[in-house]
Amino acid sequence: MTARRSEIPATTYPAERFTLDNGLRVVLTPDRSAPVVGVAVVYDVGIRSEPEGRTGFAHLFEHLMFQGSENLEKLAHFRHVQGAGGTFNGSTHLDYTDYFETLPSNALERALFLEADRMRGPRLTEENLRNQVDVVKEEIRVNVLNRPYGGFPWLRLPPVMFDTFPNAHDGYGSFTDLESATVADAADFFARYYACGNAVLAISGDLDVAEATALVRRHFGDVPARPAPQRPDFAEPDLTAERRESYTDPLAPLPAVASAWRVPNPITDFANYLPYVVLAEVLTDGDASRLVRRLVQQDRTATTVGGYLGFMGDPFDVRDPTALLLQAHLPPGGSVDKLLRTVDEELDRLAADGLDEGELARTQARMATHLLRETDAVLGRALAMAVLEQQRADPGLLNELPRRIGEVTADQVRAAAATLRPERRASIDVVAGGAK
Amino acid sequence: MTVRTLPALGPTRRLTLPDQAERTFDNGLTAIAVHRPAVPLVEVRLWVPFGGAHLARGALLAQTLLSGTGELSNVGIAAALQTVGGGLGAGVDPDRLMISGNGLVTGLDRILDLLASVLGGATYPADEVATERDRLIDRIQVAGSQPAHLARVALLKRMYGGHPYAVQTPDAAEVRVVEPDDLRGLHADRVQPAGAILVLVGDAEPERALDAAERALGGWSGAAEPVELPPAPPLEPGPVLVVDRPGSVQSSLRMALPAVPRTHPDHAALQLANLLFGGYFSSRWVENIREDKGYTYGPHSLIDHSVAGSALVVSAEVATEVTAPALLETQYELGRLAVLPPGEDELEQARQYALGTLQLGISTQAGLAALTSAYAGSGLRLPFLAEYADRLAGVTREDVAAAAARYLAPAGAVTVILGDAERIGDPVAALAPVRREAAPS
Repeated sequence: MTARRSEIPATTYPAERFTLDNGLRVVLTPDRSAPVVGVAVVYDVGIRSEPEGRTGFAHLFEHLMFQGSENLEKLAHFRHVQGAGGTFNGSTHLDYTDYFETLPSNALERALFLEADRMRGPRLTEENLRNQVDVVKEEIRVNVLNRPYGGFPWLRLPPVMFDTFPNAHDGYGSFTDLESATVADAADFFARYYACGNAVLAISGDLDVAEATALVRRHFGDVPARPAPQRPDFAEPDLTAERRESYTDPLAPLPAVASAWRVPNPITDFANYLPYVVLAEVLTDGDASRLVRRLVQQDRTATTVGGYLGFMGDPFDVRDPTALLLQAHLPPGGSVDKLLRTVDEELDRLAADGLDEGELARTQARMATHLLRETDAVLGRALAMAVLEQQRADPGLLNELPRRIGEVTADQVRAAAATLRPERRASIDVVAGGAK
Repeated sequence: MTVRTLPALGPTRRLTLPDQAERTFDNGLTAIAVHRPAVPLVEVRLWVPFGGAHLARGALLAQTLLSGTGELSNVGIAAALQTVGGGLGAGVDPDRLMISGNGLVTGLDRILDLLASVLGGATYPADEVATERDRLIDRIQVAGSQPAHLARVALLKRMYGGHPYAVQTPDAAEVRVVEPDDLRGLHADRVQPAGAILVLVGDAEPERALDAAERALGGWSGAAEPVELPPAPPLEPGPVLVVDRPGSVQSSLRMALPAVPRTHPDHAALQLANLLFGGYFSSRWVENIREDKGYTYGPHSLIDHSVAGSALVVSAEVATEVTAPALLETQYELGRLAVLPPGEDELEQARQYALGTLQLGISTQAGLAALTSAYAGSGLRLPFLAEYADRLAGVTREDVAAAAARYLAPAGAVTVILGDAERIGDPVAALAPVRREAAPS
């Protein structure tokens, strides 16, 4: 078949890797096209690792990492990054927690100093803990409790799909658990998970490899060696019968639904995982995609449809077990049952008839654009390479992704669609409690 | 414990601007191309002046602009764009219709051709218009359940009174009666090349990108009557408007303060005054109400520039029980900056942030495209960035104090709080006169 297809371009960012004697892994990816650098430190601990009775702790701890460290008063971190013209943040994921800055490149050494200082030891005080518990509660109110569809589906679907605490619990945490967190809990968490052997540092952008290597050694070389903890196996068996739950959202004016199916292990079975990443786009990327055409334009049973891998929406930074998700918002009075039946029908049709001519190639071309746009930002590159190093020891995979996606075949996408059976599906639907 | 000291910053790199070129075509369209070849992509922004356009029709036009041409259906357009890694979308605000997108640079000609076919021949098919009309109505309903949206609606109305900026979201009922012919009529009147500005940023040599743009869009024809909005009225301070949202677990605190356009001599000093107050994380207000008191998660203030006026907008979502205390601290920090000059160190810190984020903002194709387009919409070009950096570098403590006194004084604020009026009304009334209102529906 010779459907006209665009050449899929790739990047060639270098990925210089080394490991310090204390176990810290480092990735440098120079690019001198703009005088800025991205710095990312990723710790191999996330929501799945937090202890029972301490829901939300990984995220709360992320906040505490900004509250001062060995040589830095509270507020100093923020002031030093921003006073150098930079921006910063951190985020907590299922399988990792990241801390990052984007700065003018003359501030690189400052950023390394700041990151090394808190890797040696954050200031874990009662006052800071209470303050940040309050801040996190406001974060949960603004993102979950005070708005319609808060936490849908990322907090609502896992407990339907999974049975074990690590995979099923609320990663933002209950107010009760957050309020009962102690400084001793935080110290334990730091000791166990924030070891330099459990971290990756990645720097991208306007840097010289030799100079940056020397700076990394100067600032991180004497962080005391501590090995990574053994990561537990979070595996759970696949579903054998459909699971479906619903809840009333008192603020939501219209119904919504999200469904998920387990997918192959993203790390150990990447070749079989990738077709699902492509499938999600074939189904939902734009007006030419299958489910938008059918559900939104033809049947008008949905007003929006989305599809993606991983509960937090990034297919390349999550470990097993994970899922392909589809979510839809419905018009007033819309039927979730009918919508799910139509999704099944479209998946069956795809599995039986395969893709149309050109459908796969154009989806792959659009996916390449999305990937390249992400890597255009120095921080996008640093973060992605840090996680790829941590989870796969292969940061250079970032350059390979457009090509690897381009190599997924129509048969593989079709086979992936065939596995998304109703009996393997977990769904959560939002009953509109706020309809006027 | 080894005492370590903060490393000094390396030498500052001067702001260097990427290569660019500009051309105005015979039909009145201006095109600006900027070179940033780091990834083999191109960003596209088309700003079409849209001030005074009918609100409901404008919103639906943006939703259906890409729904069909004489040759292609909506799926056909979307598929053709996807084939070159491209995508386009449209949106409106009171000043402009904005068509934005991106794609593989090898697809630039194709993307521009598709853009041209839509601009010159969008058909607004009845079926697609009906679908998008229902979707827009649903979206308006969902927006109406979101506190941030409701607070914005109330604030805009309070700020702008009878000016077209006062209402920026149409009613569902107004959308329901829009017909395809209305959209065709609005398109014929207003989607025109005269005064429009196309921005292309990416891995294409600027003159060549302009050639491609001229080939594709030089034949886009028609002439729009220029529509100019009256200047936005000055803010009129008054009682705190408490908008009732029963059962809220948080209150949405909003304030509007006066501001000036980017070209105004006070702008650089005002920008720094805003940073010192609440415009970045290391500001007095954020350190106070978040890092000291834990009242809120993401408070921020920013200067919002529209064609007919600028305003400084202060926003925080705070726990219901600390609504009045949060307002007190906000007024305190505004007042403190308005009546006392800032310290040298904190000014320097804010200045470095302002200068550094200019560098960061232009370090990606998407950032450059957003900035170039926003500047062009106010009649500015990228070299203004260098001029602005020089102005920031020259601002003194006295300049900031004067700007803060003029623009940040709490007495000049328009304040709106959306929340549970039963619980917040009386405590807020202890600080300022209050007027209550039901939530907009």
